[in-house]
This record gives sequence, structure tokens and C-alpha cells, in this order.
Amino acid sequence: MNRFLAFLQKEFHHIFRDPRTLVILFGIPIAQLLLFGFVLTNEVRNVKIGVVDHSKDYLSIRMTQRLLSSGFFQLAATPSSESEYEGLFRSGKVKEIIVFEPDFGRRIMKEGKAGIQLIADASEPNAAQLIVNYTTAIANGFVKDEFGQNQKLPGVDIKVRMLFNEDMRDAYNFIPGLIAVILMLISAMMTAITITREKETGTMEILLASPLKPIQIILGKVVPYMILSIVNALVVLLLGYFVFEVPVVGSLALLLGEILLFIFLALSLGILISTFVDNQVTALAMSGFVLMLPSILLSGFIFPVKNMPVPLQILSNVIPPRWFIEINRTVMLKGGGLGAIWPNTLILLGMSVLFIFISIRKFKIRLQ
Amino acid sequence: MITSEPVITVKNMVKKFGNFVANDNLNFEVYKGEIFGFIGANGAGKTTAIRILCGLSTPTSGVMKVAGYDIYRQTEKIKQNIGYMSQKFSLYEDLTIYENIRFYGGIYGMNMAERKARTAEMLERLELTEYENRKIGDLPLGWKQKLAFSIAILHNPKIVFLDEPTGGVDPITRRQFWNLIYEAVEKGITVFVTTHYMDEAEYCDRVSIMADGKIVALDTPQKLKEQYNASNMDEVFLKIAR
Repeated sequence: MNRFLAFLQKEFHHIFRDPRTLVILFGIPIAQLLLFGFVLTNEVRNVKIGVVDHSKDYLSIRMTQRLLSSGFFQLAATPSSESEYEGLFRSGKVKEIIVFEPDFGRRIMKEGKAGIQLIADASEPNAAQLIVNYTTAIANGFVKDEFGQNQKLPGVDIKVRMLFNEDMRDAYNFIPGLIAVILMLISAMMTAITITREKETGTMEILLASPLKPIQIILGKVVPYMILSIVNALVVLLLGYFVFEVPVVGSLALLLGEILLFIFLALSLGILISTFVDNQVTALAMSGFVLMLPSILLSGFIFPVKNMPVPLQILSNVIPPRWFIEINRTVMLKGGGLGAIWPNTLILLGMSVLFIFISIRKFKIRLQ
Repeated sequence: MITSEPVITVKNMVKKFGNFVANDNLNFEVYKGEIFGFIGANGAGKTTAIRILCGLSTPTSGVMKVAGYDIYRQTEKIKQNIGYMSQKFSLYEDLTIYENIRFYGGIYGMNMAERKARTAEMLERLELTEYENRKIGDLPLGWKQKLAFSIAILHNPKIVFLDEPTGGVDPITRRQFWNLIYEAVEKGITVFVTTHYMDEAEYCDRVSIMADGKIVALDTPQKLKEQYNASNMDEVFLKIAR
């Protein structure tokens, strides 16, 4: 046991003395959290709009007020002629222009039907779609409130409701995925690098020639990163809860259990990579291509798996975070229990066992 | 100090990598207290043999005993009783001298009192006491190598295996390094060393010369020189290799 403690002590020295390691361990998770949280946001909030009201009657003014008081929009321009539109979009002053046709209120009252034109800046198609959807939803809501009791309810009632994320908040989407990506980074990549470092510097030989058993060496390398992974996962959960207000609807114990399982999987993947490569640079490159890119792109973290081309959907099945992110979303957002996620849990468990098995085989071949 | 009691016994050691025969039927004994040299060109099979004896690799066939323990079944016992210094430099550059010593003492299961006493004694002998909190990475190569050797025998092993320990070191430091080896021998440690420096071969009690995976000569440097009618080991080696 003292031998093992001596080993752990050495590992923590390595970690806390290397600025690059510290940046990866603590800088990157926080940077990712902030990036995804504040910068790469798709949220509709304070979108600058222009309003052209050719009618200026009671209803059009009320509807404009409703749009502006929703918190999603902010009045940035009131162009007087159509020729100004393009300039406003080009300069980025507005993202959407709402045009009320003449006699808007009267037409609604008399004909039960009136037109609003929505012009959006579709150079960012996703954002434009989102903005238009919001506007439509608010406009329909307004009409319904005004004429709710009236039988000849004007317009089509488009009821938009985003299940599990009523506000379409991005944080709901990225926190569960970010946990997977960060754990992949710390557990798998750092484990692969730290083990190959011992191989590269030649100290692995000395360790193997010492009375330490191979399993003790591997555990000694892995345990510090396991501890740091758990700390990081908790930090992301807590920041998610307090800063981005992402709740854990389901069982916290179940979520933590699944996180531990995924850490175990990531560590075994890191060990596996280290059995294939002999220097840190290759380990880093391999972790980058084999782990990080698929973890971000193919796991459903950013792009939903269902929207991918079929070959990529099939490929995504072998990406461990894909299954873990589903678990996270189910437990954190929908409050699902083990009954809902046992297939994913089994897949993660199976993958871990497979990685460990191959690692042991590779290790034995190396000794022969 | 040299006895006739064998601490390493190797009979018919064979190691194959696929079709390549790295060690072709090696037979030798190393006696307690001697400096046994393994000499040969790069690729002659020296490192393969030393790795097998240290338990880092398993032989294809043969009967071998190290420190009285069987190489197939008692590797754990063997590892407790040997020290090993590889070709590559084997200390942690980002740890201090003191931390490296503490780590290696720790993994060999030394208790704190024992470790402290040995550390103090060792640093004094190397005249490094005032530098114990320096990082290894800041030290000159010669110092590092002397330290690596001292740490390899910190736990007082029966045998220490040195795989080309003086590669890339200047002749003066090499001479100092060999003084450390002699000191270790005086303490009763058997030294098994591989090298391709022929002047170092002269320092050994017995040398075995390897070529293409076979032992082609094995005797004291004096007898080898007589046998091949050479004035130094360099000539012996060239005559055998030719």
C-alpha cells in the first residue's frame, strides 16, 4: 500500500508541475463551458428587429408592444420605406423586420384575416428560422388572447411547444453533452498521454522491472485522473445548475453512477490507446482524432444523431459519448430512471470490458 | 570478493521474434560479487538478454535462474532482488533529486527511516546534498547518470543490471561512473553490464562477447587478450568480429 501511495504522490507532482497539463485539466473545461454557454449560443434573446407599421391602429400597436415586451426582441429601427431594409440587414442593425399591412386591425375585425410580413436575415439560416418561429408564436398568442372568446378566431393557431426545454434554452442542450466531452478529454486523453510519457522517457521499463505489479502501475497512473475527472464532472454539474440553471430532474445518485461508469470507460479507452502508441505526440494526435472529434461531432452533442446521414448514424453507434449523452439528457432533463437507460448502460459497460480485454492482450504480447 | 557461487544461471536461452532469433542458445553463469560484461555491436542481442533476466520479456525457451529464483515462476521474487538501469535515462525530470529518491525508495517498499538514512548517505557520497531540491531536468547528464545508478542500488539488490549505462557520457564521467560500480561491488552487489565501449570491457571481471545472437567468447579480459594475441579488448573484439 505504501508503494502505491508513493506512486500516487509522484503522479500528482507530475500533474501539478506541468502548466500544460493544468491548462488541459482545468482551463479547457471552463473555457468550453463559457464558450458553449455564452458565445456559441443559439438562443433568441434581445434580437434586434425593425418594425414597419403601415396601419398604426390599436391592434398593430398592441401586438408590437407584446413582441417587444417578450424579452426576445428589441426595437432597433423603424424604417419608413422599403429601400432602407437591405441597408439595415447589411449593417447588421436588425435581424428581422416585421411589416404590418395597412388597415391591419380593421381587416382582422371585419375579414377575420390580416397579414404580417416577416423578413429575416437568412445568412444565418438556423437563427433566422428560430427568430421567425418565435415571432409567429408570439403573434398567434397575441391574437388568441385578444379574440380568445370569439368564435371567428382569426389566423392559424400554430402552437409551438418545446418539450423538456420550454424556453429553447441552449444550456439544456449542451451541459449533458459537455460532461461527456470533458470526461473524454481528461480521462481518456490524459491517461493515454501520461502512460505513453512513461514509455517514451524509458521510466516504464524501470517501473516494470520493480516489484510493482503491472496492475498497480496502471492504477497508479489512472487513479489521479479518475479523481480529477470526478471533480470536473461535479464542477460542470454545479456550474450548469447555478449559472445556466440546468436542473437534474431525475435521480442524482443514478446520474453520478452513470458518470462513474463513463469515467471508467474513458479511462479504459485511454489505457487502450496507450498500448498502441509509443510517444506522447502520437497519443495526443490519436486522442484528438479518435476521441475528441467524434465525441463532439458524431455523438449528438452538437448535431442531433437523427439529422445525420445514415452512414454517419451507423458510425455514431460506436462512439461511446453518444450513448452517454442520451443517458445524461434522459436523467437530467426528463427525469428518466434506470428503466429508460439500461440499454445504454449495458452498452457502455460492454465497451469498457472490451477495451480492458484488448489492453490486457496487447500488454501480454508486448512482454513476449 | 568473487566467489564461485552463481547468482545468475542461464542454460539454453533462446528468444525468437517471429523468424528472427535474437538470442540463439545462450549459456553462462554469473558469480556472486563479480562484474560481468556483455559486449557486442548494436543488435547483437545484449538488450534482449538483459530484459529477459529482469523479467521485462519472456524467453522462448531455456532454463534460467536469477538470484536463486526461477525466471518463469518467481519473477516477483526476482524483481525484489535486482536493480535495473536502462539505456534510456530513467529518472523523472520534473521531480527533484529528493523526490526521485523518495519515489524509488517507496516503490521498493523501503520504510521511511531506512530511506532517509540511505538517502543522506548517498547524497553525501555523490556530493549532492546541497542540491537535493534541484529538479533532475536541471542537472548535467553525468550527474543524472550517477544518480540513476545510485537509485538503482538504493534498495541494496543482490544484482544490478546496467544496460549501456554510459551512453553519451564523456570519458572522465565514465571513469567516475565506474568508480561507483566498484563501490557497489565492494558492498557485495553483483554487476551485470552491457556496453559497446571496449575500454569498459577492460574494467569487467569477465566479459562475454556477443555477435548475431550468440556468445562467441567468454572469459576474463586478460585471457581473451592472450588467446587472441591482442594488446587490448578493442583488438580482441575486432578479431572476433572478423
